[in-house]
Amino acid sequence: MRISAESLTVRRGGRVTLDGASLSLAPGELVGLIGPNGAGKTTLMRAMLGLVAASGHSSLAQLPAARRAHIAAWLPQEREAAWPISVEALVRLGRIPHRRPDADHAQVERALSRMGLTDLRQRPVNTLSGGERARVLIARALAQDTPVLLADEPIAGLDPAYQIATMALFRGLAQDGRAVMASLHDLGLAARHCTRLVLMDRGRIAFDGPPQDALSPERLARIFGIEAHLEMTAEGPVFQPLRVLR
Amino acid sequence: MVRLIAALALCLAGAASAGPSRVVSINLCTDQLAMLVAGPGQLVSVSWLAADPALSLMAEEAGQIGVNHGGAEEIYLMRPDLVLAGPYAAHATVEMLTRLGVQVRTIPAANTIADIRRNITLMGDALGREARAEEILSAFDADLAALPEGRPLLATTYAANGLANGRDTLSAEAMRRAGLFLLADRIGHSGGKMALEELVMAGPELVVTGSRYATPSRAEAVLDHPALSALQAERLSVADRGWICGLPALTGTIRSLVR
Amino acid sequence: MRLLAALGALCAGLFVAALMIGPAQIGIAESFRGLLAGDGAAGLVMREIRLPRAVLAALIGGCLGLSGAAMQGYLRNPLAEPGLIGVSAAAALGAVIAIQTGFAAAFALALPLSALAAALLAVLLILFMAGPGGGSLALILAGVAVSAFAGALTSLVLNLSPNPFAASEFVFWMMGSLADRSWLHVVIAAPVMAVGAAMMWGIGRGLDALTLGEDAAASIGIGLPGLRLRIVLGVAAMVGAATSVAGAIGFVGLVVPHLLRGRVGGRPGALLPAAALGGAAMVLAADIAVRLVLPGRDLKLGVVMALIGAPVFLHLIWQQRRGG
Repeated sequence: MRISAESLTVRRGGRVTLDGASLSLAPGELVGLIGPNGAGKTTLMRAMLGLVAASGHSSLAQLPAARRAHIAAWLPQEREAAWPISVEALVRLGRIPHRRPDADHAQVERALSRMGLTDLRQRPVNTLSGGERARVLIARALAQDTPVLLADEPIAGLDPAYQIATMALFRGLAQDGRAVMASLHDLGLAARHCTRLVLMDRGRIAFDGPPQDALSPERLARIFGIEAHLEMTAEGPVFQPLRVLR
Repeated sequence: MVRLIAALALCLAGAASAGPSRVVSINLCTDQLAMLVAGPGQLVSVSWLAADPALSLMAEEAGQIGVNHGGAEEIYLMRPDLVLAGPYAAHATVEMLTRLGVQVRTIPAANTIADIRRNITLMGDALGREARAEEILSAFDADLAALPEGRPLLATTYAANGLANGRDTLSAEAMRRAGLFLLADRIGHSGGKMALEELVMAGPELVVTGSRYATPSRAEAVLDHPALSALQAERLSVADRGWICGLPALTGTIRSLVR
Repeated sequence: MRLLAALGALCAGLFVAALMIGPAQIGIAESFRGLLAGDGAAGLVMREIRLPRAVLAALIGGCLGLSGAAMQGYLRNPLAEPGLIGVSAAAALGAVIAIQTGFAAAFALALPLSALAAALLAVLLILFMAGPGGGSLALILAGVAVSAFAGALTSLVLNLSPNPFAASEFVFWMMGSLADRSWLHVVIAAPVMAVGAAMMWGIGRGLDALTLGEDAAASIGIGLPGLRLRIVLGVAAMVGAATSVAGAIGFVGLVVPHLLRGRVGGRPGALLPAAALGGAAMVLAADIAVRLVLPGRDLKLGVVMALIGAPVFLHLIWQQRRGG
């Protein structure tokens, strides 16, 4: 399902945190949302979902909450799991919108195995490590089984193997016909796995296009204040930040 | 009758003997007994409780005399030559007054009719009004002798917080004198709280309740309990002031209890 | 389901025990005869004194357990308990004001509704001061302030009462007691409790989802404003009605969810019915205890609950300090 946003603007206490953002997200895409801290990445995704009041238009936000939960899953940055419930029970929370007990089990199992959690299923989530907990929460979002997935820094705090695996998983979801958008700070993983990058700067979308174009030396200098090495290889783009410019 | 006695006291004003001339009372019970026995002008102040119509049979008279709140300083400034106190008077107050050279006379509590007779005599002695005390005593004896004999119903008082009267109380004496058979005597209740279910199981034939305040309280809620209303017992209300203190007027209370 | 059945059986057992125990020594056979036939003194004791008291204990316990579980689920904090955060104290204030101004006598439900209104103010204040994710410190501090304020006003209103008995009844309102309660109290409290409990119907899914935080819960279709409204009104109604007839009984909503959380796999939705039954069992047990320990002396329920609850409270704080 294709979702779109037009001129989304969010004001918080007189400050404009998102300024006229327009973009669309189509099935088959894995869009990386990049930009420095405070650029408005989280606000953009929350505004698209209707979780924060915004002016402008968002195809997701205008849906009733119950309907929206069937279309889009949201993985917040805060890795909250308040009670000592089991991994399996937490992943099952993703099935709340569906009310389809027959399909629940299979979806939960699939999400568990995709995130490598089958051995941990009985563990209370408060006994997990930070990375394990992050995987459990991703599995929860996967269990929601929606055509659209928005994830806020899903790979922060994961070890390299799980970072790569998660990006590959997202790419796989996109290839299955879903639309995935994730905010990322690792520009290398973003360049390598995403089909498209959306670059944000001070509440505005500064660039929206193919990864290799997004990470031009001029933009890296102006928006991120860094110099980096980007090379197209047979394995795909390889990106390495080198130094801070300011 | 109380008023009659008070009026008599006023008529006998001239007959004052060599008793104390400025008497202050600081206890509800000595207040009322002193008002009965004292000569005109002899009693200069009574406690503020004596002016509360809920507690005192002589509230009006007390208001005319003037009231105190029982503080040592307040009492001392009245320059009394005798202070009348009850057995539960604040120890510090009595001690300080004594140290300041004020004579304090303590009149014991009255839990029986014999105690009341003794206290009338004590009061007459304290105030130098022996003849007046004799008069009151003989009127009291005559009232007692004239009391009718009532039916021996099984009876108890029941008050806020579920308090039921014990065997050795003035109310118990009054109820026995009215011919009633006391529940406390039957089950050996020595006073204090009696659970409502104990009361119900004991099966009293007469339940005597006391005064109620205008605003409600949780302590009194037990008196509105449906189980108490459902009890197959006669309910009688006796104002608390009728038997808080051992006074000759107790005969009136006893008369109201006779079934 | 097995847990609920076990808790239900426990409640039933304690309910029967509560009917059998009292200051008047009545044999078991005579008790049952009195209960079923209802005639004679034993019938009066069983039907008009012990039965309403036991019913009230079960209802109040259920309400307090359910309220604790609901507030904890919503605030995602195991320390959120109506007694600890001042809701009970505020309800007591509402009840005392209604009684002493005579408003309670205006119509049958005036007393519980007044307590509800005051409890509602307290819940709203707590949510405002220490809303979801506000942390334990803000929650407990706000609760201390609300409790102290409501307690002081309650004491003031009682002291201003022309009734000397009322003036000394602060302890009852702060510690709670079921002594000499009757069907009159069941009749006024039960409807308000029922409305409060009905508000809790179906909030389990929402509370489960809130395990993931508010944003994630909203994204899986949970309407948070509606959920919040139901919990606020439901808790105010249940705690208000319970407190208006029995005073503030603390710690029930803390201890019961704490004891049962592990048994329901930590899921806040599944905890709701378990905590309701567990609360009923706990207050029935506490009311039996006060009658066994000091028969005829009206030991306050709050004393027993605090003896059990305060150590649990400290344990929870210790767990939170260690980040458990």
